[in-house]
Amino acid sequence: MDQMQDTQATGTPGAELAVTGQPIEVPSHASGNLDFVGMLFVFMLATFIGIGVIRRVSRLLHTPLMSLTNAISAIAVVGAIIVSGGLEYPLLIRVMGAVALFASMTNIISGFMITDRMLRMFKEQRGRAGEGGGR
Amino acid sequence: MSNLLMVASVTLRSLAPHAVELAYLIATGLFVLSLHWMGDPKTARRGVYAGAGGMAVAVLATWARPEVARHLWVLLPILAAIVPGIWLAKVPLTAVPQRTALSHAFGGLAAGLVGSAKFFYWLHHQPEMLTAFRTGAIVVEVLLGFLTFTGSIIAAAKLQEVKWLPQRPWVYKGQNVVNLLAFGVAAVLGALIVCFPHATWTPWAFAALIFLSLNFGWMLVMPIGGADMPTVIAILNAYAGLAAVAMGFVLDNKLLITAGALDGSSGLILSIIMCKAMNRSFFNVLFGAFGQVQTKAAGGEQKDYKPDTAENAAAILSEASLVVIVPGYGMAVAQAQHKVRELYDQLRRRGITVKFAIHPVAGRMPGHMNVLLAEAEIPYTDLVEMDEINTDMSQCDVCLVLGANDVVNPAARSDTKSPIFGMPIIDADKARTVFAVKRSKSPGFAGIDNELYFLDKTWMLFGDAKAVVGDLVKHLSPQSTH
Repeated sequence: MDQMQDTQATGTPGAELAVTGQPIEVPSHASGNLDFVGMLFVFMLATFIGIGVIRRVSRLLHTPLMSLTNAISAIAVVGAIIVSGGLEYPLLIRVMGAVALFASMTNIISGFMITDRMLRMFKEQRGRAGEGGGR
Repeated sequence: MSNLLMVASVTLRSLAPHAVELAYLIATGLFVLSLHWMGDPKTARRGVYAGAGGMAVAVLATWARPEVARHLWVLLPILAAIVPGIWLAKVPLTAVPQRTALSHAFGGLAAGLVGSAKFFYWLHHQPEMLTAFRTGAIVVEVLLGFLTFTGSIIAAAKLQEVKWLPQRPWVYKGQNVVNLLAFGVAAVLGALIVCFPHATWTPWAFAALIFLSLNFGWMLVMPIGGADMPTVIAILNAYAGLAAVAMGFVLDNKLLITAGALDGSSGLILSIIMCKAMNRSFFNVLFGAFGQVQTKAAGGEQKDYKPDTAENAAAILSEASLVVIVPGYGMAVAQAQHKVRELYDQLRRRGITVKFAIHPVAGRMPGHMNVLLAEAEIPYTDLVEMDEINTDMSQCDVCLVLGANDVVNPAARSDTKSPIFGMPIIDADKARTVFAVKRSKSPGFAGIDNELYFLDKTWMLFGDAKAVVGDLVKHLSPQSTH
């Protein structure tokens, strides 16, 4: 199925390429069908991993957690880059991709930066240095 | 820098055809590690670096894909995002809920746009790509994406308290019917598009689907009041993640599926925690606008508050051995966290133990209070969760309720008619003395009378949280005669 992606990518549209590029490969419809079960597997397993990992995050950190997952879900950037920078796409499609790329990149930059900024503030006991009027 | 990236992308491109997929695998691993490290405050910052690293790998690998050849089209949007990105990262911490909602809006917009772009491209150029599964995924992606976009913008506007938007829930008769109808039409349209992806009317049906999704989003959030915002933000978080998952299905991309699923499960868990903390169901939050029931109840009998002065309060506070502070949205609005820190210092200087009782839904987003108090450099070891602090409340000498309301309302335990009945609360009423800091005499956001304020042991300190705490500090600081 990766090959399918690659051949589909190399430029000229059409399913013929999927066949000519990789003679042994099945046409895209079939591989699309095959893959959707695989994708559902990945989705299910990732959801369980996510639930397992996130349940253990202390409530203390729920705000930074949300801004971090926010930045991670800006992974939509992948689709945006493909559409925005794709050679075969017409102008209007690319403009949509570029706006999407701008939006997800904004999320990536601000998401990681603000998470780090917030986490820097969580201190165990060093805040006590201010005790007795130091601050 | 662009040259460097170009070189990197050229180098990567010459590698084996699986290099991109392998890079995605690495990015996936880094994202899981990132969330794993996020579990503990000690390793959390490492988690951010892992996440950022994974994202950098994902972006560069995608850029290196052979079909991505218009480099300027990639570079310019990225450069354009730097300034707003940094600006959004520098907002004051009281504005973090708005920022979060806004970033959900951006995430939803990106998903919706990419889905629409792919659909129209395939429709005109590669119609055979529109298999039932893929088209279904596009429909879900576009629906969730655009719904999250407008819904989150409304949520952000409400949190920002902009003037053109009413703060109270916006409700009208038959609202749920209208919303469900809109959703039903969208679902039917989606099904039609999946069944007949090549009909002549399909583009129009798709445009109508986009239009409906955009409207459904704001219609869903308008009736929800500020007190329910933590749940709404968490739900929108889950939607944004699921939209990314759907995009992964559309693009045959497992990295998108994994990262989206991680985000979706995070949103799901947070919404469950928020709903539990309010003893309400998802359905109830989304469709049972909070504001209606209690407006009648509030108009009833008039009870009297017992106001007190900061001076008296300071005197009583200085005699205590355990003080529990319950912060709420009022503290955030007044930006009182730094004054609270001074109060904390003054009390600790006298050997008084000070704890902060954090209700899961205090504030406007999950964990809101923790971040504000951390900003004021209060050690997180003194921020205590609700269940844990409740076992200690009977030993508490003074409970200072700081701009919190519903989360300390004993009606949640006793009054079966109260709209918040059954919601777990912080047992402020079990403390020996209660001081409640409140902006005005009107009932809180949800419009519910709070019995706590009328108990014999409760004294009210009216005023802006920052000013009141400032007064307390003033009365505590100069004369340390003990």
